[in-house]
Amino acid sequence: MRRTTRGQRLGAMLLVAPLFVLLLVSFGLPIAALLARAIYDPTMHDALPRTAAALDASPGRGVPEDAVFAAFAADLLEAKRNDSLYSLAKDLNNLLPAARSHVLRTARDLSPDTRTTRGELAALDPFWGESDTWSAIRNGVRPFTTNYLLAAIDLHWTEAGDIGAVAPDQAIYRTIFARTFGIAAGVTLITLVLSFPLAWLLANLPGPTAARLILLVLLPFWTSILVRTAAWTVLLQRSGILNELLLGLHLTDHPIDLMYTRAGLIVAMTHIQLPFTLLPIYSIMRTIPPSQMRAAYSLGARPFAAFRRVYLPQVMPGVMAGCLLTFILCLGYFITPALVGGPADQLIANFIANYINIELNWPMAAALSVILLALTLGLFAAFARMLGVDRMKLV
Amino acid sequence: MKPFGSLGLVAFAAAAIAASPAAAQEQLTIASAGGAWQQAQRNAWYTPFAQKMGLKFNEEETSAGMARVQAMVQAHNVTDDVVTVDTAQVLAACDSGILVRLDWSRIAPRDGFLPGAARDCGMGLDVYGDVLAYNTDVTKNDPPTSVLALFDTKHWPGKRGMQKIATNNLEWALEADGVPIDQVYKVLATPQGVARAFAKLDTIKQDIVWWQAGAQPPQLLASREVVMTTAWNGRIQNPIDHENAPFRIVWTNEMIEYDMISIPKGSPHLDLAYQYLAYVAQPENNARLGKYIPYGPVVKDAVEFVPQDVLAKLPTAPDHMKEALPIDMEFWADYGQDLTKRFNDWLAK
Repeated sequence: MRRTTRGQRLGAMLLVAPLFVLLLVSFGLPIAALLARAIYDPTMHDALPRTAAALDASPGRGVPEDAVFAAFAADLLEAKRNDSLYSLAKDLNNLLPAARSHVLRTARDLSPDTRTTRGELAALDPFWGESDTWSAIRNGVRPFTTNYLLAAIDLHWTEAGDIGAVAPDQAIYRTIFARTFGIAAGVTLITLVLSFPLAWLLANLPGPTAARLILLVLLPFWTSILVRTAAWTVLLQRSGILNELLLGLHLTDHPIDLMYTRAGLIVAMTHIQLPFTLLPIYSIMRTIPPSQMRAAYSLGARPFAAFRRVYLPQVMPGVMAGCLLTFILCLGYFITPALVGGPADQLIANFIANYINIELNWPMAAALSVILLALTLGLFAAFARMLGVDRMKLV
Repeated sequence: MKPFGSLGLVAFAAAAIAASPAAAQEQLTIASAGGAWQQAQRNAWYTPFAQKMGLKFNEEETSAGMARVQAMVQAHNVTDDVVTVDTAQVLAACDSGILVRLDWSRIAPRDGFLPGAARDCGMGLDVYGDVLAYNTDVTKNDPPTSVLALFDTKHWPGKRGMQKIATNNLEWALEADGVPIDQVYKVLATPQGVARAFAKLDTIKQDIVWWQAGAQPPQLLASREVVMTTAWNGRIQNPIDHENAPFRIVWTNEMIEYDMISIPKGSPHLDLAYQYLAYVAQPENNARLGKYIPYGPVVKDAVEFVPQDVLAKLPTAPDHMKEALPIDMEFWADYGQDLTKRFNDWLAK
């Protein structure tokens, strides 16, 4: 008996194995590798091995002593030979603006017979005599770094070696995360308010009529998100259909700004997300026989009590599933904020894309992704614990 | 009989592969930014070069050229042979070690290029201007006379289009705040200078419509979304020339930039890639792009091959160079990351 169940289990596992391996190789591992960049960056450690060792030997703060300078000069000469100088310069520049030029210029001026004491190098370029420079180097030569993760939540290592908040005019990501979660919650709520009565109507209409109405919901659902976003641009812009209509009806005497605003963004996102909230609710509502409500009435329940105590508990799993689906999808919105939203409506995905595509700062993109993933999973876990995953029904 | 049969099949297959034209014909893959500019490159360079060499030209269109190259190089699976690059990106990409350090003896004399156009990892393709443009149907009387009109919302009220990028905008902000042209980068290298630039941008923040793709400014003008917009000169000149659009270009205080071309490290057809660069660097070829889009040549000797009527439309025409500022790539390689973050922070607030 036990052997047969084990055999069955093994068979099931073998059946799933190809899919599991595919997911792991093509999805799980690449994502993990990318996320690992948030904490592991060996560029500077590899380019400055002697400096790293010398700094290890003399821990402390501020400008180090001559031995470290000699090691640093030797490393620079070596980096010049093996072509790692530029990536070193770029990496240090990530930690300290303008460091790039100083590294390249110093390496150019350096020859094997240059005297490389602290005084000599600082005379060559005063940049090397500053404690800011050396706290950046100390920070950068560690292959495992928390810099990017801290930066993703507006923190940094202070000069004194503690974790502190960054200057207020440079703190930004907490605001962006709050904005992303806020807009996602707002859109989820609006789609719920709009789709609940619609789902009820669809579930209680006779078959053919309901099928036709469902088609109206599904048709935009099948259209590409980019096309739908572009359509909203046509509708909302200053010389767009909506503004022309308002002007034509003399409801306003000058075009209203609808594009590049928070309101425009929420309207467009709500439109795109509506089917995701609607369909799970609708599919649950269809399974609830109307006779149950009639039974409740016949047993003396008032309409509201019957709705709250008989109907609502049964549709809750669908509501939860629809809302969670919409909420999590909203967290990753990129194209709609980029096209319809203004600069103050950009969500975290826009910043991640910017770091990946434009600035080529992949560690920072990875760090922001890690934070987003952690917040999303945390929220999902809290949600699941509060309501029970088994109570959620997607279809 | 059977062994001979399969042997025969193998021999036949081998003969077929050897004879197949697809295997004989070489290919060169280029990734560029698309739009009117790639169309112009196609007419001026891709098609004639492919005909001359008897090869097949594959075109990729992407707006994330450097990210694409970085991903390819790191995955050791490079399929692009040459890529076009923004001026501001070429130094950083070069530092990252994802581009080939060019061997100029295989291309053209390095001193035959305009200053700064022949970089370690990138060759200039053309010169373009960041200019101001307006729609004469909107701005009938009293049109703007300098790019700095962007900052004069009293005289020219209304929305203005600007590129969502730190480069150019910070320079213009300082110029509008009274910094002499030759001092702009010196001032911008100081924290006070940066604060000053952002303070100036603050004064018009509410009036800006941000654009990201080069095709947007002419649309913003045509839909009358803005009273004026910054733009790349070719993207405005094309609708003026070919669609009779009522647009005008304001050149005073333009910023001058190069479009660059690079070879990703690990390019599968390195020799051909070098031959393509050498082809584009020949003066008569370099001048040809101007016929299709009004961007100027970067090779000094190419100027004599540019037709007179095209010359007058170029950002480098003497009339247009009033108060012009060439973008400083070294400055942006040093401060670009920091200033871009500051700019994005400022935008998001």
